[in-house]
Amino acid sequence: MGLRRDQLAMRVAQELKDGYYVNLGIGIPTLVANYVPDDIEVMLQSENGLLGMGEFPSEENVDPDLINAGKQTVTAVMGASFFSSADSFAMIRGGHVDLTVLGAFEVDQNGSIASWMVPGKLVKGMGGAMDLVAGARDIIVTMTHANKKGESKVLKECTLPLTGVGCIKKVVSDLAYMEIHDGKFHLFERAPGISVEEIISKTEGDLIVPEYVPEMKLGSIMR
Amino acid sequence: MVGFNKVVNSYDEALKGLKNNMTVIVGGFGLCGIPEGLIARIQTMDVSGLTCVSNNAGVDGFGLGLLLESKQIKKMIASYVGENGLFEEQFLTGELEVELTPQGTLAEKMRAGGAGIPGFYTATGYGTPVAEGKEIRSFGGKSYVLEESITGEFALVKAWKADTMGNLIFRKTAMNFNPMAATAGKVTVAEVEEIVEPGELDPNAIHTPGIYVNRVIKGTFEKRIEQLTLASA
Repeated sequence: MGLRRDQLAMRVAQELKDGYYVNLGIGIPTLVANYVPDDIEVMLQSENGLLGMGEFPSEENVDPDLINAGKQTVTAVMGASFFSSADSFAMIRGGHVDLTVLGAFEVDQNGSIASWMVPGKLVKGMGGAMDLVAGARDIIVTMTHANKKGESKVLKECTLPLTGVGCIKKVVSDLAYMEIHDGKFHLFERAPGISVEEIISKTEGDLIVPEYVPEMKLGSIMR
Repeated sequence: MVGFNKVVNSYDEALKGLKNNMTVIVGGFGLCGIPEGLIARIQTMDVSGLTCVSNNAGVDGFGLGLLLESKQIKKMIASYVGENGLFEEQFLTGELEVELTPQGTLAEKMRAGGAGIPGFYTATGYGTPVAEGKEIRSFGGKSYVLEESITGEFALVKAWKADTMGNLIFRKTAMNFNPMAATAGKVTVAEVEEIVEPGELDPNAIHTPGIYVNRVIKGTFEKRIEQLTLASA
């Protein structure tokens, strides 16, 4: 058994740094907000026009004019700001957002990502994903290592239409933490109870495996 | 003399001149900050073949979903349309033409359109289906896609407060695409929650100056919530 959704979020949260402006995608990336370490401060950017996204509101604080990019009702933290979509994407495209976390169908050893379109299936749209991968300074993809049939999603070359080219640097999968450079995946950590052999067998792309691969530490960052 | 009084008192007046096959830019993100009354009014008009430019396409029975229901939209330019069942149906049968556009590119297309800039280069979409058939140019060793701007015969926006001169203030994340949309319409109509006299809005706080706005109408808003999410007790 690999990492659960909440454990993926916990591991991603370890990559946050004090003072970071962070955009979290829809789904598992959103959960990362629950595991921000106590000793750092981050500001969450929501691309519909909010910097300083807070928690979900109590019933009496629900405001239909205050939502996140997933169209969920949210709150704004002290020091938050509201702005237009053009300003929001100026932050994103201009490289002002320190870190973006998003999901993917596939990622490849050149850092390309496919996350929005499966030919033959209904296409719902890319939303802000293409802008985010083209503009953020650092991008973490969080995903399952293989699909339900056991086929690798960590590839030499993406097979699905791309969201962005050569932009992904870090991957947190349910089996491993990997980084991408020099056209290869580099294995840094394995999920608790997962063997290096399993990771190798489920990675189609070129994978550099060091002699010792430590197990991820997840418990210590729990609030 | 009408001077700078932009206030109209009926939706008929607000949408006067809207005709078949026009391009209509509509503000809003999901159901947040959409000109509810203007959209609903179009559904009752004998107008079709519209190209609607909006980040999303509403939901079944609300927002732009209404105009899909009545088949008044020929083409939709949007970044994400996942919340609308009718959309899916009309898209699959080929009744509806769709141009999916990255969200930031869509905002910039409106901004540039309103600012008289016909196109711009962006890294967004390079190497993806979005860039197919578009000019690619390298700046500083990085590849960029040429995107053309958008203007519309009409822009329909939603604001929180307006003065009678068309100066607008938006509220929280209901701002979203509305300021850019307001600049990109030949006729821009603002549907607002409250209209005040000139001088009552602080000039420091105006988001959209009245020069961009042709008509202002006071609406009533349901403000439907798409995803009600509450803090766990």
